[in-house]
Amino acid sequence: MSAAPIVVVRDLVKTFVARGAALRAVDGVSFDVRQGETLGLVGESGSGKSTTGRILVGLEAATSGSINLFGQEISSVRGRVTPAAVRRRLQFVFQDPQNSLNPRMRAQDAIAEPLDVTGGWSRIARDDRVRELLEMVGLPRSCGDRFPHEFSGGQRQRIGIARALALKPDFVICDEPVSSLDVSMQAQIVNLLLDLQERLGLSYLFIAHDLAVVRSISTRVAVMYAGGIVELAPKRELYTSPRHPYTQALLAAVPRITSNRARAAVITGELPSQIDTVPGCTFHPRCPFALERCRIEKPKLREIAPGHLAACHLHETPA
Amino acid sequence: MTEVVLAAAPTQMLAERRRFRVLRKLAAHRSFKIGLVLVAILVLCAIIGPMLTGIDPTAMSIRSRFKPPSARFPFGSDQYGRDILTRVLYGGRLSLSIGLSVALISGVFGAAIGVTAGYFRALDPYVMRLMDALMAFPAILLAIGIGAALGAQASSIVVALSVAYVPRTARIVRASVLVIREMEYLQAARVSGAGDLHIIVKHVLPNCLGPLIVQLTFIFAYAILAEAALSFLGIGPPPPAPSWGNIIAEGRDYSVEAWWVMLFPGLAVSLAALGMNLLGDGLRDVLDPRLKIET
Ligand SMILES: Nc1ncnc2c1ncn2[C@@H]1O[C@H](COP(=O)(O)OP(=O)(O)OP(=O)(O)O)[C@@H](O)[C@H]1O
Ligand code: SF4
Ligand SMILES: [Mg+2]
Repeated sequence: MSAAPIVVVRDLVKTFVARGAALRAVDGVSFDVRQGETLGLVGESGSGKSTTGRILVGLEAATSGSINLFGQEISSVRGRVTPAAVRRRLQFVFQDPQNSLNPRMRAQDAIAEPLDVTGGWSRIARDDRVRELLEMVGLPRSCGDRFPHEFSGGQRQRIGIARALALKPDFVICDEPVSSLDVSMQAQIVNLLLDLQERLGLSYLFIAHDLAVVRSISTRVAVMYAGGIVELAPKRELYTSPRHPYTQALLAAVPRITSNRARAAVITGELPSQIDTVPGCTFHPRCPFALERCRIEKPKLREIAPGHLAACHLHETPA
Repeated sequence: MTEVVLAAAPTQMLAERRRFRVLRKLAAHRSFKIGLVLVAILVLCAIIGPMLTGIDPTAMSIRSRFKPPSARFPFGSDQYGRDILTRVLYGGRLSLSIGLSVALISGVFGAAIGVTAGYFRALDPYVMRLMDALMAFPAILLAIGIGAALGAQASSIVVALSVAYVPRTARIVRASVLVIREMEYLQAARVSGAGDLHIIVKHVLPNCLGPLIVQLTFIFAYAILAEAALSFLGIGPPPPAPSWGNIIAEGRDYSVEAWWVMLFPGLAVSLAALGMNLLGDGLRDVLDPRLKIET
């Protein structure tokens, strides 16, 4: 399990300046993704999950921090200067395939776009590759000449996945790839992603906003809160013995059917405004265990058990 | 397995039905159909009509001056004894060509400028300020100025009207581009490694085509009307070669005694403008219901 990391992110910071105020959307995020594993990234809306993923693929420039992809240091701050050879190994699956597919582009052209842009593919090789990809994601080989609106939501997401796989990447970032789908479809897409991972040896960063979705797919899970990772642990450990009060609250909310209400009952208070950096722990206004120290000093993400990281003053001394 | 097959059949049919939904909607749109028929008739007349009458549109005959409509002159004749029907048919060639040229030129330049301004935001303020300055002049006034400077000929009308309509077209294209550039599929293309040129050609242009086509049908109509107006002011295509505009202009001094000289080319202009407008309305309803047309 402890293969070499292919993605290493350290102290990633992204500040958006909106109407004169600075918003720290990503506030010192560090994690690794190892060969063949899935790192689940969970957090509520606005916690900075997408921004983290978007920086990795170069859609957003980081404010500071370092990114190492496949052993190559990437200047994340400058934005899109990732060498093409590195970029090709890294792909992105968007949340809503309704928006991420051009309505006027046939499925086959959407899937082949990465090939067309890269160049060096003959017409025949390209069309063969498209049919192979369609089959790989469980769509009929013959449906390539249809437009996105002629597919169901689940089928569209399969096209989005086929497209991401076109250049044979090693690492795929899936940004809430099933959030826009109904429950039965969600399971199918998750199974497809698992199947593809096994066949192609892919690594995933799988973003989701609740712990239930990432449970079946993740190897390890990172929990994000207000721009920072508060806990990161192997899946089993995170679900059975969560250490951070926020993770505990999230887990307490998961089995309930009306998860929103249930969560509201457990976690009270508002998500802090990330505009003015609050000193101390970002979770302290909502934390039932908050100490005096939590208001003043920001807890660092540290290893509290082998492979188990948490950012909380309750766990300062290794357990 | 059977379940899959059963489920696939209706989906397939639905897909077939949806693929042609734009054409289907157009076929069901009443004013679009009327407009299409009107325009098709006028275009056909302009193309094959002159071959049928077999008369020289500039042939004069002193003896048959100001003949009212009759079997020999279905639309009557003018002060030089020329056949109005033949002149209207030939005039259609020139007037419709002017309309088409203005629409095409405005389309190409308007799209190029609109895409540049909308896509490359750094250039936007400069480009659009220039367009706004041009738009501050009423189209017809701008055309009069340019027409007067370039001299009275068909090509100067085309240039003048294009200069007037390019900014309006650019503004509409830019508005579409501003919406399209926020679409996630552009980001998806970028992740695939696509550059600006690829994104503009494959994603931006195809998606702003709808409003552009609608706009161009209206420009076509305006250009035909403007050609008539400019001819009336004496800066249209010069006689004796007929255009709808200059036939009307030449007939205006005899409008009481020989009403037919102005009536028939006037009707042609009105029908062409009406037809293009109806056609454009239909296209707008189907392609882009939100678009508002500015003149
Ligand atoms: N381009 C931008 N300009 C300004 N603020 C932004 C921008 N992109 C994101 N943000 C802000 O950054 C914060 C984090 O956004 P992000 O999209 O990363 O959250 P998320 O965890 O993915 O949430 P969600 O579950 O809603 O997708 C949010 O408060 C968001 O409003
Ligand atoms: S550091 Fe303090 S406030 Fe933050 S989660 Fe731990 S106990 Fe709660
Ligand atoms: Mg997101």
